[in-house]
Amino acid sequence: MLSDAAPGLRVRALRKAYQDVVAVNGLDLEVARGECFGLLGPNGAGKTTTIEICEGLTAADSGEVEVLGMRWQRDAARLRQRLGIQLQETQLSDKLTVFETVRLFRSFFHQGPAPLAVIERVQMEEKRDARVGGLSGGQKQRLALACALVGDPELLFLDEPTTGLDPQARRQLWDLIEDFRRAGRTIVLTTHYMDEAEKLCDRVAIMDHGKTIALGTPRELIASIGIEHLVEFSADGVNALPLAGIQGIRHVRAENGGIRMQVTELHRAVPALLDELRRQGVPLTELRTHSASLEDVFVALTGRHLRDD
Amino acid sequence: MNRSWIDHPLAQLTLVRFYEFLREPEALFWVFIFPVLLAAGLGLAFRSRPADVLTVAATTPELARAMRQEKQLAVEQLPGAAASEELRTGKVALVAEPAPGGAVLYRYDDTNPEGRTARMLADAAIQRAAGRTDVVRSSDQLVREPGSRYIDFLIPGLLGMNLMGSAIWGMGFAIVDARRKNLMKRLIATPMPRAYYLLSFLLSRLGLLVAEVGLVVGFGAVVFGVPVRGSLGDLVALCVMGSLSFSALGLLIASRARTIEAASGLMNVTMMPMWIVSGVFFSSQRFPAVLQPAIRALPLTAAIDALRTNMLQGGGLGRVGPELAVLATWMVVSFAVAMKVFRWR
Repeated sequence: MLSDAAPGLRVRALRKAYQDVVAVNGLDLEVARGECFGLLGPNGAGKTTTIEICEGLTAADSGEVEVLGMRWQRDAARLRQRLGIQLQETQLSDKLTVFETVRLFRSFFHQGPAPLAVIERVQMEEKRDARVGGLSGGQKQRLALACALVGDPELLFLDEPTTGLDPQARRQLWDLIEDFRRAGRTIVLTTHYMDEAEKLCDRVAIMDHGKTIALGTPRELIASIGIEHLVEFSADGVNALPLAGIQGIRHVRAENGGIRMQVTELHRAVPALLDELRRQGVPLTELRTHSASLEDVFVALTGRHLRDD
Repeated sequence: MNRSWIDHPLAQLTLVRFYEFLREPEALFWVFIFPVLLAAGLGLAFRSRPADVLTVAATTPELARAMRQEKQLAVEQLPGAAASEELRTGKVALVAEPAPGGAVLYRYDDTNPEGRTARMLADAAIQRAAGRTDVVRSSDQLVREPGSRYIDFLIPGLLGMNLMGSAIWGMGFAIVDARRKNLMKRLIATPMPRAYYLLSFLLSRLGLLVAEVGLVVGFGAVVFGVPVRGSLGDLVALCVMGSLSFSALGLLIASRARTIEAASGLMNVTMMPMWIVSGVFFSSQRFPAVLQPAIRALPLTAAIDALRTNMLQGGGLGRVGPELAVLATWMVVSFAVAMKVFRWR
């Protein structure tokens, strides 16, 4: 079949405006088959609008969307059979059991595994007869994933799959998503967690104000800003000016009552920092270092953090 | 995978509707228990009682003795002033006192049916005691005909009200709730045919209808002897028609609303006037003639009139043509408009 050779998703010059807000402003994307692709960005960047246009739930103002080589205008019925979709914040019916819910969703698809097989796949066998209303947040998200998997989809859309979950529930969900990718299927997900994008995604598009501001593998993106490490410290009354002259320290700025520096050579920069503080006679109250992450890429590109909290 | 009919999306959607309804105790109460309680309460309050014994007063022992011959009278013998006081406060229906020349004077209120009855019974007893004999021999056979009592009028009214309430509430809340929780959007993201989604509401309504109608009609028949004179098949057809019509109306009410509050407001505004004017508890004929065409065009009026024609007069479907036309119009127009304006997300 021709469409099997086509990329998982191809988006060109996509635009969507709501009243006075431009949600998506000329977006281009291409996702290969078998790839896990992440749309990373802060709230309001246009991620959900983009993914819902790709899911055929929202009409674009202009631009082209091709999913598995097909278009919504022409092939909606065929396309729906081959996609798995998880929306942000869907409450499944509280009164139904896990099994009843999965069986309902399974009934809409021509092909796919039996309901019980899907329930096992998301590790909810023990909860099969439990009411949805009594499930934990993580279990509800796994059930939502089960409902997305019932049609044995070739392409899975996940909109913020782990938002609001505790760390253990997130890791559990990540494992399930990785299982799906290992089976050679395609995933497009949105997230505002950089660690999620780094862990799951082969490639990431960082979005801001409805546009892609960076695109590549997490490693490429981190390397592109030329920072290897970040050092943050607090020391009352420190004069930050001389710090910029130290070898390996690139960018110094005051933040949240402390100092944040970009560093290329950690092993030289830290002893030099400590020497300078001793010279100035100010005591160090806090010192943290970490490797540069996608968060730092976003900060470097926009001057803002992904999450304000 | 070998798929049976139960795996058909329409079967699954309808089944889920049933589960959701049966697992909601409040809904069960309003649909099944409440109408029966209402019928029981009103039926008891307005039940037809056997003719009561009337209390009357006499001011002399002779008159008292004469009236005591009549079993349907309870006679008190009182002095004149006390008897007048009892009459004034309604404790006795009539006072008999001697008048000049051996005559008898009855004092009573002729606007009170009990007073008029007491007058006839007392006079007959006193005349008989004084020696009057009946010229024609007579005997009684008591016939209490079901079909003309208040409870007979009430049961078809409650049935119609129940059809409307459960269809509109059942549709309205379920649809708005699914929209509010993003569940509707999640469903249309699957290959589910949208028509099946709406159809499943109608099918589950019809399934519950059997229980609803059976309960109210059965309760009326067993406890109060309310008749079903028309054919049972016609009655079922009328209920199905009414329920489909109200469901379409419910669909229209719920077609845009995003919140439960907005939907409840719309539902109450739609149903409240019909509860009052459509003849649930009292005849809609009591409203001025100028309003009658509008009242008759309402779906609840049409449903209740048709149900009464069937149950009380035994009229077939042919006799309720205009009512069926009104219901069909509401169904088609509401459904068409609802489809056009329905908000799927």
